[in-house]
Amino acid sequence: MTNEGGNRIERHPILGDASPRKEITLYFEGRAIFAREGEPIMAALVAAGVSVFRYTKKGAPRRMFCGIGRCTDCVMIVDGIPGVRTCVTTAADGMKVERQAGAGRWIVEEENSNG
Amino acid sequence: MAKAGPAGLCAAIELKKAGAPVILMDENGAPGGQLFKQIHKFFGSREHKAGIRGFDIGKELLAESIALGIDVRLDTEVVGIERGLKLWAVEKKARSYTEEAAAIVLATGATENALSFPGWTLPGVMTAGCAQTLINVHRVLPGKRVLMIGSGNVGVIVSYQLMQAGAEVVAVLEALPRLGGYGVHTAKVRRAGVPLRCSTTILRAEGKESVERAVIARLDERFQPIPGSEETLEVDTICLAVGLTPAIELSCIAGCSQIYVPELGGNMPIHDEFMRSSVDSVYVVGDLAGIEEASTAMEEGRLAGIHAAHAMGYLDEASMSAKAEETRRRLSALRQGAFGQKRFDAKRRILEKKAAV
Repeated sequence: MTNEGGNRIERHPILGDASPRKEITLYFEGRAIFAREGEPIMAALVAAGVSVFRYTKKGAPRRMFCGIGRCTDCVMIVDGIPGVRTCVTTAADGMKVERQAGAGRWIVEEENSNG
Repeated sequence: MAKAGPAGLCAAIELKKAGAPVILMDENGAPGGQLFKQIHKFFGSREHKAGIRGFDIGKELLAESIALGIDVRLDTEVVGIERGLKLWAVEKKARSYTEEAAAIVLATGATENALSFPGWTLPGVMTAGCAQTLINVHRVLPGKRVLMIGSGNVGVIVSYQLMQAGAEVVAVLEALPRLGGYGVHTAKVRRAGVPLRCSTTILRAEGKESVERAVIARLDERFQPIPGSEETLEVDTICLAVGLTPAIELSCIAGCSQIYVPELGGNMPIHDEFMRSSVDSVYVVGDLAGIEEASTAMEEGRLAGIHAAHAMGYLDEASMSAKAEETRRRLSALRQGAFGQKRFDAKRRILEKKAAV
């Protein structure tokens, strides 16, 4: 089991041991990090010890705040799309996750959009 | 039906049991709302599922809804409600469609409150519910040393659960001169040796790219920081457990009249004893109809489901009255005691306003 940030809770007095889940790879700012299948991007980033998810247009760092999709503090550029709520977006193998600056920018090619 | 938390699930179950066709919509990828992060045992009597942990109640409700064959539409966000009970839904952020209903039950829940102080936007400051989701649902720790702001039930329950997950809780702060949570939850935190500090608040969070420390101070009787009482705590995480506010957006779009009830979290749609809002055939249940607990939310959901089933002709008057009476009896039982009475009285004000409209 990878636990690079040391933040995974493998054993728990109420929930028991973590059940084995398939490991997938995310690319955070181009760097490969592990995620467990089914978890949101936020969880994988916290597990990997990522403490800044984005910067505001004034350059202030932000991470997550509500964790259930209501506050939009945790938005990042995911597979080229800015403003994606990483706390309620499930991680997928090969996903590219980038820190967002301000409102972010689209880095999606036209052929990738299916309108 | 909008949102598949405990209240929405229970309403759907009652409707389907009576034979009514039900569609349950939720923007999340999994039903259950916030039940699955509640790993503590619930209160009340046995019929309220007391002694059962929140996530087990969630599993039971899901099993029941699956057995009944309820049409649960996940990744489906209800973004509008037009006159004539027409719901506008967006599926998987890709397909938009409308659905006409004979009755709508809104169970949109609540949002955790924020607290503004210098540094509150720094990475490492988050709501207590956010930390609870991370540790109990996703099983990752957001930090190692935590300061909890707020000693209500959410504050003490999440503090204890952070310790169960392996974090250190440095202190629980309470601005009021007395603690806010149930004794049994508070005692567990106290027994674990966590300082519970009343008349104390956070002045600011400090750190370069994320929280490195918190500066706290004692408050006088007018809630002003006492000069010279500042202390610095080395923490990497600050959790805010400072109450919840009903998520009223959809109910406003639907045109439901609102009432301000501070004891129940702020503005919320008025409703009658069957959870009917001011708009015909629109019901409001759970935290949306006033912040309480999952146990009361479930009973309110049942009440709305029972009444809506009757209104649509799936339950006769006598069966509806009997079932509603039974549900209301359980609801009243949940609103007893020092904590319950305040909520009971506040709920009464909502009913009175509805009756007056």
